Amino acid sequence: MSWTDIGTLNDIPLRGSRIVKTAVGCIAVFRTAEAEVFATSNKCAHKGGPLSEGIVHDRKITCPLHNWIFSLETGEAQGADQGQITTYPVKIENGRLLLDFDAVIAKVA
Amino acid sequence: MQKMVIIGAGMASGRLLEHIHEAQPDAFEVTIFNAEPRGNYNRIMLSPVLAGDRSFEEIVTHDDDWYADNNITTRFGEKVTGIDRERKVVIGEKGEVAYDKLILATGSAPFIIPMPGHDLPGVVGYRDLEDTNAMIDAAANREASAVVIGGGLLGLEAAAGLRMQGMEVTVLHIAGHLMDRQLDEAAGYLLKNDLEKRGIRVIVEANTKQIVGNGKVEKVLLDDGTELPADIVVMAAGIRPAVQLGHEAGLDMGRAIKVDAQMRTSDPDVFAVGECVEFDDNIFGLVAPLYDQAKVLANTLLGKEDTFTVREISTKLKVTGCDLFSAGDFAEGEGREDIVFRDPKRRVYKRLIVENDRLIGAVMYGDTADSNWFFGLIKDGTDIEEMRETLIFGPSFQGGGGASVDPLAAVAALPLEAEICGCNGVCKGDIIKAIEGGVQTLDGVRTETKASASCGTCTGLVEQVLAVSLGDGFEIKAEKPICKCTDLTHEDVRRLIKAQELKTQPAVWQELAWKTPNGCHVCRPAVNYYLLSDWPLEYQDDLQSRFVNERNHANIQKDGTYSVMPRMWGGMTTPDELIAVATAAKKFSAAVKVTGGQRIDLLGIKKEDLPAIWSDLNDAGMVSGHGYTKGLRTVKTCVGTDWCRFGTQDSTGLGIKLEKKLWGSWTPHKVKLGVSGCPRNCAESTCKDVGIICVDSGYQISVAGAAGMDVKMTESLVDVATEAEVEEWVTAFVQLYRENGKYLDRAYKWVAKVGLDWVKEELSDSDTRKALVDRFDISQSVYQKDPWADHVRNRADQYKPIADLTKEAVT
Ligand SMILES: Cc1cc2nc3c(=O)[nH]c(=O)nc-3n(C[C@H](O)[C@H](O)[C@H](O)COP(=O)(O)OP(=O)(O)OC[C@H]3O[C@@H](n4cnc5c(N)ncnc54)[C@H](O)[C@@H]3O)c2cc1C
Ligand code: SF4
Ligand code: FES
Repeated sequence: MSWTDIGTLNDIPLRGSRIVKTAVGCIAVFRTAEAEVFATSNKCAHKGGPLSEGIVHDRKITCPLHNWIFSLETGEAQGADQGQITTYPVKIENGRLLLDFDAVIAKVA
Repeated sequence: MQKMVIIGAGMASGRLLEHIHEAQPDAFEVTIFNAEPRGNYNRIMLSPVLAGDRSFEEIVTHDDDWYADNNITTRFGEKVTGIDRERKVVIGEKGEVAYDKLILATGSAPFIIPMPGHDLPGVVGYRDLEDTNAMIDAAANREASAVVIGGGLLGLEAAAGLRMQGMEVTVLHIAGHLMDRQLDEAAGYLLKNDLEKRGIRVIVEANTKQIVGNGKVEKVLLDDGTELPADIVVMAAGIRPAVQLGHEAGLDMGRAIKVDAQMRTSDPDVFAVGECVEFDDNIFGLVAPLYDQAKVLANTLLGKEDTFTVREISTKLKVTGCDLFSAGDFAEGEGREDIVFRDPKRRVYKRLIVENDRLIGAVMYGDTADSNWFFGLIKDGTDIEEMRETLIFGPSFQGGGGASVDPLAAVAALPLEAEICGCNGVCKGDIIKAIEGGVQTLDGVRTETKASASCGTCTGLVEQVLAVSLGDGFEIKAEKPICKCTDLTHEDVRRLIKAQELKTQPAVWQELAWKTPNGCHVCRPAVNYYLLSDWPLEYQDDLQSRFVNERNHANIQKDGTYSVMPRMWGGMTTPDELIAVATAAKKFSAAVKVTGGQRIDLLGIKKEDLPAIWSDLNDAGMVSGHGYTKGLRTVKTCVGTDWCRFGTQDSTGLGIKLEKKLWGSWTPHKVKLGVSGCPRNCAESTCKDVGIICVDSGYQISVAGAAGMDVKMTESLVDVATEAEVEEWVTAFVQLYRENGKYLDRAYKWVAKVGLDWVKEELSDSDTRKALVDRFDISQSVYQKDPWADHVRNRADQYKPIADLTKEAVT
């Protein structure tokens, strides 16, 4: 694992999201109502909607384009929809956000 | 025409002028003096100005145009030095003015304790814009500290504001606890704690001895030897009615200028209104009674009968996070009993004072949701013997088990006089009578009693009364809940937010028993809207509860890029604006599209570029066109009298006025207006939410049209003669929709639900109309701001990636 520092928890609004640019595409980093973060691919499994622009509720994200809902924990689409988004390990240490960059590359490759 | 002179352009006289101009605009030739170099503004909003939440411009209630439009001669910045009642003239610093009717509305002046050093530069009162600006200037110096003398309403708002500006603040209060006139000790203690948590130092039982300084304020000394450094000292130790003029003119005086119930002084041609008045041994220091006075005085002056009566008032502190409420009398006394509730963990404290089975006072801290209900009991003098045991738990517990357990029990326990339908003033007894007379359905109740026939927010309650009375014979029709997070309908949620004074999203989730921790994409935007529409001054808009378009103030397109649309007021633009739009389009490689609403859309902008393009357009004087909002979109106009040979009125000008008034307001769904210069209707006004057709005799206003998935022609609301009336009616209509509409219902859907007759009935009452416009204006004072400028200034970072790892090695 290579934990890469991507910023601080406070850079992400409560129940909001920011993206991390990488050479293999954008990753969305979400913060729930707690001091809790998740990282997923920024592309919706439906038609590629920018998930980072969706509404975060509980540990879920609703895609802004057609309202598919995904679990931030498992990446699975909720309800009747079928689909999966990629999730990546991310953690908070002393208020800093660390993303497992190896996992990003591994999952893309 | 009668000549009227008003001395003082404050909150009371502002209201007075509005009433007069609404009823009979040309009844008087008015001259108004004001010692302050400006006209009427909302003085109570100086606190948000001090705290930096508002600009002064936003709290002006009457601007130069208003006075000009109403032919009022203004002598602002000129003090009146005397009144000659023999000759019937008012003597100003720059000359005399004769009057037939004279109104004294001079308000109060801060009471400056004459202690040593009180006249040093840097000692200010807290009354007007000059005082407020002096405080803001003092705070400009980062390390500066302030001392506020007086821990009452004003002092604490000053302290909180100064603290928000970054100053070290100490409050000195002479009594044993803060706000001792409104709060008891326990509540005062909680308040002190909360203030200390935000870094405000509070010293109670403080005896201030002296203000010390060499040429300007440097420190404050207390009796016990404490020294407090101070760059500014704010005296908020009380106010004194400004009555010198009345005194010198020989009017009957008490502690202030004595008036009768028609606001007349001892001279039949001289009247007084506001804080400079004494009525029946009372003097006044809050606006609610002054507004009553202003209305009575307007009626008196216009020859209508009206009588001023003193009513109970309640107090709230405008410091966010300090939730307190007090009303009535809570001094201890013989025959008075206390009911106290405390929850130290939640920091909640409530105390009710009961005398002869009537509630006479209430103090609440930390949880003020039921304060309106208690206040109602105090005002009405309700007999509370029956509910005494559960009184302190508020209205929802009046059934024994508590509403959260069984709402029917709560309704069953309501007394017959309890008001069920606020719009039509129908009480529970009326509905029961109708049911006993044979009515069995909701519609039946509506026809028979009018309850729930208006805005419909009480429908749930009416159904519960039906269910309680008819037992199994009645089944409550299951309206669809908002979403899976709650069992409540939109209407219920709206009603409960108002009734329980829920002012934050967590309060809604908690009190209304949401089933999810923080809602979902369906309910959150709705709840966010309801809260900001009901509590514009208190609620903080939540961007994370908005759809992407409103959060990013641009329209997201299918490829994840955005489109940006600047406002073109009433469809007018200028060559310079067009150049700016073209330059921006080129710079950011936008596609350019002219929209159906007479504007230019720039498509294909990358999210990261949004702040930059906004900033460019802002520089050219353009603001966001809100092309994406559930709010005012466009006001489409034709060219009207300016160019068209058929035009009857200035339709373009009127459209611009309406757009300037309404832009920036959030509504349940998008709102579009059209103004056509004649019945040829080139602006297609008759398929808009609000359409105006100009005709020779004035303006035809129609509402509730649609041209989307449904196509529907507007229906006539009213015909009026002047532009000012158009503005008033349209604003009142929009506000009625804002306050009652279900989120995502367009105006035509909402009107179909509540009935155009009800809308007409509400709006045809001029008081209601006025009140709606007032509430709209209050909301605009917060929300009418350009989001683009705001985001460029405060949130530009959020538009960038949190990190860029493109350079990171990819093996
Ligand atoms: C910071 C602040 C916060 C407040 N918050 C609240 C609140 O939350 N709720 C509430 O109910 N009340 C509040 N108040 C009180 C409220 O503002 C007053 O009750 C109200 O403004 C009184 O209205 P008025 O018209 O009687 O006097 P004012 O609004 O004071 O107007 C009087 C005007 O007359 C002018 N004047 C006086 N003498 C002369 C003269 N000789 N010649 C010419 N002009 C003269 C003065 O310059 C002044 O502009 C607050 C007050 C302040 C200062
Ligand atoms: S609506 Fe009437 S005034 Fe306006 S452009 Fe058309 S014809 Fe002219
Ligand atoms: S692209 Fe996300 S729901 Fe359609």
